[in-house]
Amino acid sequence: MQDIDIADLKRISEFIYQKYNYDFRNYAMSSFKRRVLRIMELKKLSVDALLKKLNESPAFINEFLDELTVNVTEMFRDPNFWRIMREEIIPAILLNHKQFKIWHAGCSSGEEVISMCIMLKEMGILHDVTLIATDLDVNILERAKMASYPVKNMELNEKNYIRFQGTGSFKNYYKEENGMAVFNKDLFINVSFRKHDLVLGDIFNKFDLILCRNVMIYFNQALQNEVLKKFHESLFKYSYLAIGSKESLIWCDYANRFIVVNNEEKIYKKIKD
Amino acid sequence: MSKYNLNNSYKAVVIGGSAGSFQGVVKILSQLPKGFTLPIIMCLHRLKHVRHGFVEALSIKSVVQVTEPNDKEPIKKGCVYLAPANYHMSAELGNYFALSTEEMINNSRPAIDITLGTCAYVYKEKLVGILLSGANRDGAFGMKQIHERGGLTIVQEPTECMIDTMPKAALAVTKIDHVLKIEQIVQFLIELDKQYR
Repeated sequence: MQDIDIADLKRISEFIYQKYNYDFRNYAMSSFKRRVLRIMELKKLSVDALLKKLNESPAFINEFLDELTVNVTEMFRDPNFWRIMREEIIPAILLNHKQFKIWHAGCSSGEEVISMCIMLKEMGILHDVTLIATDLDVNILERAKMASYPVKNMELNEKNYIRFQGTGSFKNYYKEENGMAVFNKDLFINVSFRKHDLVLGDIFNKFDLILCRNVMIYFNQALQNEVLKKFHESLFKYSYLAIGSKESLIWCDYANRFIVVNNEEKIYKKIKD
Repeated sequence: MSKYNLNNSYKAVVIGGSAGSFQGVVKILSQLPKGFTLPIIMCLHRLKHVRHGFVEALSIKSVVQVTEPNDKEPIKKGCVYLAPANYHMSAELGNYFALSTEEMINNSRPAIDITLGTCAYVYKEKLVGILLSGANRDGAFGMKQIHERGGLTIVQEPTECMIDTMPKAALAVTKIDHVLKIEQIVQFLIELDKQYR
């Protein structure tokens, strides 16, 4: 396996920023390095050949982004998180709002969005919730919209759903077609998928709940700090932010504008503007 | 004089293990000298969807409380860390952890190769890598990286392992400085710790 040094990684992220306006300069080094090495191996490219290809072939950037971003996820990941959502967080939001908005920031291939829609449907409130699902990677957004996944993934997803104690039957939410589990599009009735860049993108709306789980782990602390400011601005006062179970925001400047609602599942509530 | 030719330049100990390593790890952690100086960073294969219980089970007899670090948590002296379920755990320059949910490696998440390899990158010749019993080849490449960057490599004596695939894989791909039984690994760590007293 080849290796790559920090100077070359910086060359690559600087080049992509200058030419394509995607900013990976503040990504966490260890995982960014693995992602770039993975692409170099997959495409059989040296650092110089990779830079050359990025320069000469603008179409390659989408493929590059698709491989660079981590798109490994599962439905109802951390079932206990989803139980807390259903039993504590969503009811708390409903106390004050009959209708509300959720942002899935970094939605990847859409498993979390489907999980949310299934949960809301089982709670009988799917029609009252507006969901916006965003990702940097346009290819993955297309896959998320299709809501079609290899059937072999369903065993794990269903296990998670059972641990979550869903009230329906998981298999009723999809049909099998040619080895793919195709989810019922009615689940997406209030979902819009949009391209959005957490690092360089603007604040575009205000939300009652933001889910951004296992996304900021790919950022360094300086960037986590900046993104938390954006989330803070994108949340109504007394609304919620959920991050991954092993993430933490305690070192961020804006940490004191949030309180911890559930430390185990890393659910925070904005208490100060 | 110690037979291991030790000095006090080591900055961390990293341990990888899989099937059959639990008893060994418990033994090591229970016999560490009180106030063991170096951070111990452990990546042990575990059930992906069971977040609780493992760290508690390891802590029962351990001299030091074992913790599963959060993303970006600093790596501190005298602490014992365990890679959390369903996350890869890397060391980063600047002495902190970074977690990730990337693809499984060697059918594992956490993967031992990632923890060992990134520790090798951060600590270079100041790292002690220990690979215990296990049923697959995860960790062999990480041990190679530790050796290539000048760190010290130790594997559990294969005849003592419940399953010897893992230490044998490491022995096949790189130079291993010491092949030791658990009891000897404990003695080694005690000797190592004396350098800092």
